[in-house]
Amino acid sequence: MEGYLNLFVKSIFIENMIFAYFLGMCSYLAVSKTVKTAVGLGFAVIFVLAITVPINFLLDTYLLRPGALQWLDPSYAEIDLSFLSFIMFIAVIASMVQLVEMIVEKFAPALYGALGIFLPLIAVNCAILGGSLFMQQKDFSGVTESAVYGLGSGVGWLLAILAIAAIREKIIYSNVPAPLRGLGITFIITGLMALGFMSFMGIKL
Amino acid sequence: MANKEAESSKKPTVLFLNKESEPLFSKKNRALLTDPLDDNNPITVQVLGICSALAITVQLKPALVMSLSVVAVMGASNVIISLLRNLIPNRIRIIVQLVVVASMVILVDQILRAYAYDVSKQLSIFIGLIITNCIVMGRLEAFALGNGVWKSFLDGIGNAAGYGFILIIVAFFRELFGSGKLFGYQVIPDAFYEMGYENNGLMLLSPMALITVGIFIWIQRARNRKLIEKN
Repeated sequence: MEGYLNLFVKSIFIENMIFAYFLGMCSYLAVSKTVKTAVGLGFAVIFVLAITVPINFLLDTYLLRPGALQWLDPSYAEIDLSFLSFIMFIAVIASMVQLVEMIVEKFAPALYGALGIFLPLIAVNCAILGGSLFMQQKDFSGVTESAVYGLGSGVGWLLAILAIAAIREKIIYSNVPAPLRGLGITFIITGLMALGFMSFMGIKL
Repeated sequence: MANKEAESSKKPTVLFLNKESEPLFSKKNRALLTDPLDDNNPITVQVLGICSALAITVQLKPALVMSLSVVAVMGASNVIISLLRNLIPNRIRIIVQLVVVASMVILVDQILRAYAYDVSKQLSIFIGLIITNCIVMGRLEAFALGNGVWKSFLDGIGNAAGYGFILIIVAFFRELFGSGKLFGYQVIPDAFYEMGYENNGLMLLSPMALITVGIFIWIQRARNRKLIEKN
């Protein structure tokens, strides 16, 4: 239990998707103009990450990894399908996003109204594929661990986009040098925020 | 966009390159190649593909390899999608694009593993992330789906080059100030270090990548004032 909590905190703060790895920067910059849309996209990312990372974990363990097919027949022990992982992961992500969109539309129309337009965007968000690829590198011991990691990364992403959206809403009123307005200043603020987040690196978990 | 598609679907699919009998490097085609380098740069102006651009710019070598991989992937996938553009049903185009790009990326990844293993280890997951690199998807969606093969090829190469250009500039400054080297060779003479010069370790950390790009955008927009945003 304690291990899960550590992993959760670590994936939110120390290995923050945006500030440590710059994953999902495109939508981070494009959708962070107002807090409201930023929160919508943030929750959609949490949702999809928490679903796709464990699914891809199962896929990796039972299909792709060297020797993963052993459960079918011992003679398959030498088969290594890991070169297929990119295409498998992205297919899982794209279809899960489609599926989630349909389920949410059917059973929670209010939630669909809030997240609806962001869901299709998410299939091509680097943070989602990045989560699965990092999961593959980290050698988690079980599905729960990977689910916790997915959830934590999503929460970290939400935190980042929420913070930058709040700052951008206020910065409109300040006198930024003209060539820096918009994109330039957002980059520099993100850099400064990343500097702040680096202070979490000293925490041993 | 929709207009263009409707127009092109009326004509039979023509595979040879210059159906408008336009020279191969006409002014318009050249603009496709050179515009993304400055005025329409994918990173600093269109804000696409930043995800992978920053994490691998600590040294010049991985940045160069990454740029070349993106050039290869974008050139190839733009051509393929452009060839298929009249056959892909509109509703499933995203998945088709993802599959095409993913196969190209797998090829590049396997080639890198075979011939440049250490760089491929350094790039770790970022080669895989070319699949979701917004530049690739963005150009497929905005250009290759509505234009001919040769034009799409030039557009793909041009945009990838614009991306690589920023990557290499950022990596140049980060490696120079961060470790005093270029391509792994020391360029700052030992005499400087003896006089008390020190490498700026902060340049090697992720925040400085963001700030370097921010400053680059500042310089570019100060020079080219029509790019300035309203707020």
